[in-house]
Amino acid sequence: MDFGLTEEQTMIVETTRAFVETELYPHELAVERSGHLPLELIRELQQKAMAAGLYAANMPVEVGGAGLDTLSWLLYEKELGRANYALHWTCVARPSNILLAGNEEQRERYLMPCIRGETWDCLAMTEPGAGSDLRGMKASARPDGDDWILNGTKHFISHADLAGFAIVFVATGEEDTPRGPKKKITAFFVDKGTPGFTVRDGYRNVSHRGYTNAVLEFDECRVNKRQILGEVHKGFEVANSWLGATRLQVASTCLGRAERALGHALSYAAERRQFGQQIGKFQGISFKLADMAMELKAAELLTREAAWKYDQGTVTEADMSMAKLKATEVLAMIADEAIQIHGGMGLMDELPLERIWRDARVERIWEGTSEIQRHIISRELLRPLGA
Amino acid sequence: MKVLVPVKRVIDYNVKVRVKADGSGVDLANVKMSMNPFDEIAVEEAIRLKEKGLATEVVVVSIGVKQAQETLRNALAMGADRAILIEATADVHQDIEPLAVAKLLAAVVKEEGPGLVLCGKQAIDNDLNATGQMLAALLGWAQGTFVSEVALDGDAAKVTREVDGGLQQISVKLPAVLTVDLRLNEPRYASLPNIMKAKAKPLATKTPADYGVDVSPRLTVIKTAEPAGRKAGVKVGSVDELIAKLKDEAGVI
Ligand SMILES: Cc1cc2nc3c(=O)[nH]c(=O)nc-3n(C[C@H](O)[C@H](O)[C@H](O)COP(=O)(O)OP(=O)(O)OC[C@H]3O[C@@H](n4cnc5c(N)ncnc54)[C@H](O)[C@@H]3O)c2cc1C
Ligand SMILES: Cc1cc2nc3c(=O)[nH]c(=O)nc-3n(C[C@H](O)[C@H](O)[C@H](O)COP(=O)(O)OP(=O)(O)OC[C@H]3O[C@@H](n4cnc5c(N)ncnc54)[C@H](O)[C@@H]3O)c2cc1C
Repeated sequence: MDFGLTEEQTMIVETTRAFVETELYPHELAVERSGHLPLELIRELQQKAMAAGLYAANMPVEVGGAGLDTLSWLLYEKELGRANYALHWTCVARPSNILLAGNEEQRERYLMPCIRGETWDCLAMTEPGAGSDLRGMKASARPDGDDWILNGTKHFISHADLAGFAIVFVATGEEDTPRGPKKKITAFFVDKGTPGFTVRDGYRNVSHRGYTNAVLEFDECRVNKRQILGEVHKGFEVANSWLGATRLQVASTCLGRAERALGHALSYAAERRQFGQQIGKFQGISFKLADMAMELKAAELLTREAAWKYDQGTVTEADMSMAKLKATEVLAMIADEAIQIHGGMGLMDELPLERIWRDARVERIWEGTSEIQRHIISRELLRPLGA
Repeated sequence: MKVLVPVKRVIDYNVKVRVKADGSGVDLANVKMSMNPFDEIAVEEAIRLKEKGLATEVVVVSIGVKQAQETLRNALAMGADRAILIEATADVHQDIEPLAVAKLLAAVVKEEGPGLVLCGKQAIDNDLNATGQMLAALLGWAQGTFVSEVALDGDAAKVTREVDGGLQQISVKLPAVLTVDLRLNEPRYASLPNIMKAKAKPLATKTPADYGVDVSPRLTVIKTAEPAGRKAGVKVGSVDELIAKLKDEAGVI
């Protein structure tokens, strides 16, 4: 078993880390305090990210990406994940892999502008009445000649304000399954500005300041059948084949922030003196640090193993769920303990810890809640036993 | 015109340097190592010359331990075309002295025939500031040191040097050795697609014996010690007080 990184992987880590620290960190506080990412800043940083070959590096070489294997891609995600989410997700965007599922025309129209940084994509699945239980969704589309008519509401849709289009998952039928009737789902590209499609401001949330979510409303919204991504009724098949690794992406960005928080905690423990000595000399602090480092390593190994298996074609749903679950929970623990080690200063926004702590909260909810991940893991364990 | 850029693997500038317990040098075991920042500037300048069509090939050379291969790959990922590694020692704590490095580089220059050698002005580990000058002397070439601007002009290079009194402009005849200073340029990030391509670029491995050069040390390190900690400064209450102190106590104005 080889746990080492290749020379290329080490360079990917170093170059991405240098970019994140030099170009993104200096803007974090302003974005956190204003909750806003100004367009001029986005443009400036996009240019720099493109020059550094970091923009859309998750994509294959044919379309202008870096052509990374899964582990290399996740190492890059981890470094980006250290920074404020709005900054890295918008200014060093990684267009959704699902855009690669499009046909030639759709790739030209939707994928390429995202890679060139001219626009962003967003993915709309969740509804007020359908979160974890996506197949219970109400938004629907009915055929009308060569067109489809969309109706319904999606909410929590990330950065739909910036996106030029949405990939919308709606019900186009129902089928009987052994576990009762389930919706058949189809994915559509819907352009901003299409009559009947409205994007409203979403909610203010505790995590990832500057990174917005929106409510999408479809009212007799007419789109041509050429706008279907994949096949009719096969929306989830497209999502499952192209979005599987997003759980590993979430895990990696969490590992980046956890490592950053641990770094702060270590240096503070070595510097801060109380009762005549460095606080790191108190076992109450040093044992916390030991646990934090150990948990981080465990989470990282789960993610790396899943990445390796992903490229071998042997990864299972449980592997990816374990990686996501562990990394998001470890981040929450490390962020909390890092604040504790800093005492009162840990709560102040001069340090990135209070926001890493706030940001950690959403990670256990989106891309499948912790309960859903546990459900996936236990199902894989129990199904072969007939339970 | 071919440009040759020597690059040195040094302790990363962000690392808190620690002296080895026996005082024989700086502890380099399990410490992050990187390309000497001044060499990075030299690589950047060479790549820019190539991008402007003024250079045809950028060859990077490193002399040291075999791990210096990582430093060379980094230069290749920035955009250099080819690399030569001269494995001169297996001991990460052995610094190859400037004269030996200059002799090896002179031999590489004879073999490769570059029109220009771009070096960092010094390496941030020992700060000796000697290799470029020694190389120019061994080759009998013109030299320009502490360079903050380079403009190639036919068979000469117009360079701006950062000297104590300010900036000095000189013209050096090519082929020449230039040693570059901090303000020459801002090195690019090694881009991800280029990192992936770097693996396919040629990297030749040699030894000092291939060039008939003896790299055994001529200097003896007697003791390495940490510099004394700086004493805390004083806070002054006003600008007037500051001026008074500078005049009367420090005597600098
Ligand atoms: C900031 C933010 C951005 C988002 N961005 C997007 C986006 O871009 N696109 C998009 O489509 N969605 C997005 N989402 C939605 C996200 O994916 C959902 O929030 C998530 O799937 C959970 O759904 P829910 O919030 O409706 O919670 P629910 O599904 O209602 O869950 C409520 C609770 O019940 C639990 N639960 C549900 N089912 C089970 C079960 N079977 N067993 C045990 N427990 C269960 C859950 O774990 C949770 O604790 C975003 C959410 C947030 C907060
Ligand atoms: C919002 C806010 C309001 C406040 N308001 C006031 C106020 O009105 N008046 C006021 O006087 N103070 C106030 N405080 C200060 C507060 O009481 C201190 O933050 C608290 O006592 C901790 O001190 P510290 O932050 O300096 O952390 P430190 O004492 O430096 O502690 C750092 C870490 O070391 C640990 N540690 C320290 N000593 C030991 C030990 N012997 N063994 C094991 N672990 C140890 C701590 O538990 C902590 O985890 C306020 C703080 C905050 C955050």
